[in-house]
Amino acid sequence: MLIKRVIPCLDVHNGQVTRGVQFGKAEAGELRNVGDPVELAKRYDAQGADEMVFFDITASAEGRASMVDVIERTAEQCFMPLTVGGGIRTVDDMSTMLKAGADKTSINSSALATPELITRGAERFGCQCIVVSIDAKKVAPDRWEVFSHGGRKATGLDAVEWANRAEKLGAGEIVLNSIDADGTKAGFDIEITRRVSEAVGIPVVASGGAGKLEHLADVLKFGKADAVLAASIFHFGEYTVGDVKKFLAERGVPVRLTRD
Amino acid sequence: MIALIDYGSGNIRSVSKALQHEGADVQLVSTPDELGKADAVVLPGVGDFGDCARNIKSRGLWEPLQDWMRADKPFLGICVGYQLLFDSSEESPDESGFGFFHGAVKRFRTPGLKVPQIGWNELEFTNGNNTLWRGLPESPHVFFVHSYFPAPEDESVVTARTTYGETFASAAAKGNVAGVQFHPEKSQDVGLAILRNFVASV
Repeated sequence: MLIKRVIPCLDVHNGQVTRGVQFGKAEAGELRNVGDPVELAKRYDAQGADEMVFFDITASAEGRASMVDVIERTAEQCFMPLTVGGGIRTVDDMSTMLKAGADKTSINSSALATPELITRGAERFGCQCIVVSIDAKKVAPDRWEVFSHGGRKATGLDAVEWANRAEKLGAGEIVLNSIDADGTKAGFDIEITRRVSEAVGIPVVASGGAGKLEHLADVLKFGKADAVLAASIFHFGEYTVGDVKKFLAERGVPVRLTRD
Repeated sequence: MIALIDYGSGNIRSVSKALQHEGADVQLVSTPDELGKADAVVLPGVGDFGDCARNIKSRGLWEPLQDWMRADKPFLGICVGYQLLFDSSEESPDESGFGFFHGAVKRFRTPGLKVPQIGWNELEFTNGNNTLWRGLPESPHVFFVHSYFPAPEDESVVTARTTYGETFASAAAKGNVAGVQFHPEKSQDVGLAILRNFVASV
């Protein structure tokens, strides 16, 4: 049986892991410094993380160069699946990250601006390499709208429709990030996660809002997510990956328990 | 020396680093000449079955690799590198595989199943004495990323099975030639132990 995955997410700013307090606030300087990405990756690897996501929140030329270095160093020491997102705009950008040791690349605003990028990436590297990340915000009782540029720009697209289209274009996985819930620690948006997960035939990773262990169990069980992405609950030592998995197993969620 | 076949497919760096981590002397090999000095071959593979087959052929490596397998020299195929050991694939009906194992590579078709299978799933060993499984715990989890899986005609070559919608041959071996559908280089301790066993068998 395929297990549900627990994935720590590292937001990297100029080579250091940081954590924004809420969506889009990173640029406003509201960042908490967490530490060296490679050291954190090694820690989560040892704790039995199922995958790791690195997100370049600078996405400047210098930021990207330091991200390549971070991925290379991590891939030399952590023998687990690595995903890189942030600032990937072309097939060449994808190639650079995959060559550095990433297994998947995650695209968001660039996929919205150029949907064919999904197809070109999937044709070149296989759909399993192309993750489409979606930032969704509830705008009406029954409607979630897709936002681009770190949650700042409304696109007019419906989140479920965009997820469906991304799949048809060749995406191998969807990361669904709730703008309302991100960084609040008040829980995932279960409803939109479930709607997207039921609408597509590819795995859906829930992101944004993990504060308590119950939140993770809820989005996996009731939101029908295939994996959960979380940052803060791990970075500040509140819980280890092992703690999270033990809790999920007790709640009847199939997880991979490792020795620790 | 372990020849890691470099034919322009995907993430060869991770396989290389993982083998080195387990003490192997790894060399990236993309020409038939370089194969001569090798003691063992690792054939990775990511992406499309047909693309992989064509890229191996265009480098003149197809026949030398086929000879290598027929001579029963140590060989490990990973992911599409495993699928290529079979006759054909539904993914690319126009390209044939090595045909070392008989059978076709098929797509997951269980209704409602998410494809590709991305994530950690269990190995059920059919032959616990297999060299690659030495020292592993029972039913360990390994990392899979794939939409297709081989269906061997000869059940006796299957060394592990995994269930995702249906039960499939997640690993097969005959003599010194083996293949695995999962990614040992991405399967943390269990994957490294499998590579260690392969390196030790060379």
